[in-house]
Amino acid sequence: MKIMTAIKRVPDYNLRVRPLPDQLQVDLRNVKMSINPFCEIAVEEAVRIKERGIASEVIAVSIGEDACKEQIRVALAIGADRGIFVKTNAEIQPLASAKILYALYRQEQPDLVILGKQSIDGDNNQTGQMLAGLAGLPQGTFASAVTFAEGAVTVTREVDVGLETIKLTLPAVITADLRLNTPRYLTLPNIMRARKKEMTTIALDSLNVDVTPKIELLGVASPTQRQPCTFVNDAVELVDKLTNEARVL
Amino acid sequence: MTNKKFWADFNWADPFLLHQQLTDEERMAQDTAHRYAQEKLLPRVVNAFRDETTDPSIFREMGALGLLGAMIQSDHCPSMSYTAYGLIAREIERVDSGYRSMMSVQSSLTMFPIDEYGSTAQCDKYLPRLATGELIGCFGLTEANYGSDAGGMQTRAQKVADGYLLNGSKMWISNSPIADVFIVWAKTEDDVVRGFILEKGWKGLSAPTIKGKLSLRTSVTGEIVMDDVLVPFENMLPGVQGLKGPMGCLSSARFGIAWGALGAAETCWHTARQYTLDRKQFKRPLAANQLIQKKLADMQTEISLGLQGCLQGARLKDQGKLAPELVSLLKRNSCGKALDIARNARDMLGGNGISEEFPVMRHLLNLETVNTYEGTHDIHALILGRAQTGIAAF
Repeated sequence: MKIMTAIKRVPDYNLRVRPLPDQLQVDLRNVKMSINPFCEIAVEEAVRIKERGIASEVIAVSIGEDACKEQIRVALAIGADRGIFVKTNAEIQPLASAKILYALYRQEQPDLVILGKQSIDGDNNQTGQMLAGLAGLPQGTFASAVTFAEGAVTVTREVDVGLETIKLTLPAVITADLRLNTPRYLTLPNIMRARKKEMTTIALDSLNVDVTPKIELLGVASPTQRQPCTFVNDAVELVDKLTNEARVL
Repeated sequence: MTNKKFWADFNWADPFLLHQQLTDEERMAQDTAHRYAQEKLLPRVVNAFRDETTDPSIFREMGALGLLGAMIQSDHCPSMSYTAYGLIAREIERVDSGYRSMMSVQSSLTMFPIDEYGSTAQCDKYLPRLATGELIGCFGLTEANYGSDAGGMQTRAQKVADGYLLNGSKMWISNSPIADVFIVWAKTEDDVVRGFILEKGWKGLSAPTIKGKLSLRTSVTGEIVMDDVLVPFENMLPGVQGLKGPMGCLSSARFGIAWGALGAAETCWHTARQYTLDRKQFKRPLAANQLIQKKLADMQTEISLGLQGCLQGARLKDQGKLAPELVSLLKRNSCGKALDIARNARDMLGGNGISEEFPVMRHLLNLETVNTYEGTHDIHALILGRAQTGIAAF
């Protein structure tokens, strides 16, 4: 079985970012960039499936500027076998990502695609679902457990009311939730071995995919500062504050 | 992403954007060391320091991740850059200088001399198991009466029919009570310093613990006592003669210390910053006072400038251009500044500063050793003085 995973380079999860003065971009010049945590979980799961002897190859894909190769190398150090880097300086929105991954899906013919449920920069939570739609594949999103039996995969999903378990025929698309696994430490020998693994660079143009943005970004702003807590003396004051200050009643 | 139109946001914790100056492999190695130190070492450091206990399994944990001898260019080791080695030292020492000492002694003082001065057979025999932490190493140069004046050592190696007979004792040896492999420096009959690899259990070899240290309590220290220990010829390090042997090891170790001490300093700085932001006196945070802000600015300046120096030193090392005198400059600067930062941080935490709940007093106590061992602050000044005047003042 062949597994395709995809990873995104995003600002490190424990950083605070700020908009540039033009309010149109987030200032990413001086921030630490990392592999999107959900993508890391997806790669870890793919590698564990391979280590259990169920899969024979794990491919890690990333789309973006040259710097994204670093995150592919992280995936290779976790244990992916080879990387595919789709090089572009264009803005890639979720539908475009899904189309690119669909093009690679047709080239590579994997039996399973595992993605992160969302990336922590855009928080869109769309790519996996749209890829499944484009490719006509069954999907198991928000996976917290994945098991295999005879040409099918059973996925436990974390949904609002609890856990839902579904069975999908292969090939299928799975998106990883936080509790699917805890990614391993990258050992230094594996970091050095990743250097020798194959990484293919593909120009975006060669895939003949329309990546024109469908969503127009109007602006970005920092979250508003939290107001300090205040104590109210009675219900009347509470209702007054909710009505006139918070304006929620 | 690149936008030259606007001034960039100041990254107060990393003003020179050191992170961006690393290779992707170095960043990955740093992330691994950081995660290991924070998740596995930090939870046990308070008790280990209080009870003066060393956990030998730490060597195997570090070995499993490839953190031992990471910079040694050998089939048995990860073969990473000296920058990566420095970053690992910084991340481990962010938690405790004792843990970093354990790693340094294994990497720079045991594995380094075997790789650098040892035979192929010695490398094949010892390096793989030292790299995994299955074997623990130590390094015997200092004697009770010969510290900075290492050349005056009294330990002797007398040539006999089937090897060398070693007699003497070494003092202040990190890891020695739990060591399996001992790198010992001794003078042969022609008064030349040579290196020997000794193994635990050999007749006449013992390594008693030095108890009662008020510093580096997570890292065990002992003596090496040798009473007619027979060392076979094949266990002499063939590749070096004279004091330059041990000095080469120490330059490598000091380089790691230069990085590591700033890791300890960073913890003290960040702790003092957070504490003075949280602690309110006279209805406002301590951090609102100019005296506090000046200290924080000094800490930030010394640490970030110091790290840039360490990074350049590492790049020179990787290019084969690093002089031992620059290592003296970096080691002296990092340790002296880190100690000063720890003392100030201790002060800024007031009464809480003496509690084990906060790491600063532990770092302060540790840094007293770090400032002293592997060449004191003053002796490194004399090395730098000699280098620019041509006159040895020692």
